[in-house]
Amino acid sequence: MSFITVNNLWKEYGDLVVLENLNLSVKQGEFCTLVGASGCGKSTFLKMLLGQETPSRGQLLLEGEAFPGEPDRNRGIVFQRYSVFPHLTVRQNVLMALELEQKPWLGKLFGRARRSALEKVDAMLTSVGLEASANKWPHELSGGMQQRLAIAQSLIMRPRVLLLDEPFGALDPGIRKDMHDLLLKLWRETGTTIFMVTHDLKEGFYLGTRLLVFDKVRRDPHDPEAFGATITYDLPIGQADSKLFEDINESVAETARHQAA
Amino acid sequence: MRMINRHPGRVSATLLGLLPFLLIMLIYSLASQERLAENPNDKLLPGLEQMTAAVDRMAFQEDRRSGDYLMWQDTTASLQRLGIGVTIAASLALVIGILNGALPLIRANLAPLVSALSMVPPLAILPILFIVFGLGELSKVMLIVIGTAPIMMRDVAQRVRELPGEQLIKIQTLGANTWQVITRMVLPQVLPRLIDSVRLSLGPAWLFLIAAEAIASTEGLGYRIFLVRRYLAMDVILPYVIWITILAIVIDQCLRLANRRLFPWYNAGGH
Repeated sequence: MSFITVNNLWKEYGDLVVLENLNLSVKQGEFCTLVGASGCGKSTFLKMLLGQETPSRGQLLLEGEAFPGEPDRNRGIVFQRYSVFPHLTVRQNVLMALELEQKPWLGKLFGRARRSALEKVDAMLTSVGLEASANKWPHELSGGMQQRLAIAQSLIMRPRVLLLDEPFGALDPGIRKDMHDLLLKLWRETGTTIFMVTHDLKEGFYLGTRLLVFDKVRRDPHDPEAFGATITYDLPIGQADSKLFEDINESVAETARHQAA
Repeated sequence: MRMINRHPGRVSATLLGLLPFLLIMLIYSLASQERLAENPNDKLLPGLEQMTAAVDRMAFQEDRRSGDYLMWQDTTASLQRLGIGVTIAASLALVIGILNGALPLIRANLAPLVSALSMVPPLAILPILFIVFGLGELSKVMLIVIGTAPIMMRDVAQRVRELPGEQLIKIQTLGANTWQVITRMVLPQVLPRLIDSVRLSLGPAWLFLIAAEAIASTEGLGYRIFLVRRYLAMDVILPYVIWITILAIVIDQCLRLANRRLFPWYNAGGH
């Protein structure tokens, strides 16, 4: 049985069709990148995986069961911004995850429990390269460091699925490359299933095991909202060549122009 | 150079800021001298000498009738009412504000009431307070609470709702329950904002305090001002007004510093 199954999934807001007839099956441990023009439902799909949105029609299954209707500790998330807590230092940010899990009422750890939790936290901070910034506030970190922290915070929960919503969209190109390496390293170490939304088609081609292109197959020039997007390409990474890259790029750009018009 | 691009230096900024104060003092002393030259017993614009004498009499000499130092007695009485009133109002604002901001069910239930209450002119219900709570301390404190709490409640609720939605989702993915979301994410981030809100509410709080004292009291800064008004005692009223202003500034600055000290992440732009 596949880990995540999507059957004839539709998402509509009134007359606005965002996603139509989505079908997908993902195995545990896959690293899927989701690309497509703005407004093609990538983020909506991610929100459904997170439990923030529910499908209008069709099925979305996690190991054969319907997805829980609200976010939980099995599904980690990293947003483009604002995913760390400004009132906690780097170390406290990661520690909080463990504290919430172990102390439902107090939400704080003390004494030996705290020390052993901090050991885990420091190991996690080292693996994302933040050991030197452990006692800084998030606003003292660069954008890339903040994203490292957000990833560390999610991964310490050992989520079954890690969702990334344009996590590197606001970073400089050089930093982005470092973040790619970090993400691939962590993915290999943890074996967690990853879904990453990106605007950058190159990023989609380079990272992960599987590329999912969200695009509109049907277009009504008079009513851009009439038809939704679906997955137009579902490619194992490694088999993609430059011709295909060009084709996808063109198609996505075409949709983006229609959306904007 | 355009006016919008011209910035004063440190020294000239200080001088520019002081200038209006000096001007007011100058105009006042000229006018006062002129009136006093005409009539040395003039009460309307007392000079520095008369005001110092009045402060000396009120603050540093025992009152002939009661044996108290009236200005200190007034100050403690007023500050106590203000302190109790604002503390109760802020605590209520914190609890109701967070509940309203964080829990949609409570918001649907309470937010309209809070909005309506914040529209009631507090002074219009002062007579009700006197009838219900009597003329003692309680009615004065209640006026401050009723006058400032609803607006702070709305402010806190608004601040809670302004916290990025990403954070709210994030903490849920870390497994937090509702209680943990409130205690570990909302409360610590709202506290510095509550202090800001209290600072803004201190102005209205003083207004309600003095209004209540003016109407029914036996001590307090507002009581004294309205009492000596009968004798046109501007030499007491003016120092009292300046004293109240100084107290207000000191309280405001203490809160500002406390906010900086307690929440370094907030004031360094970490929000």
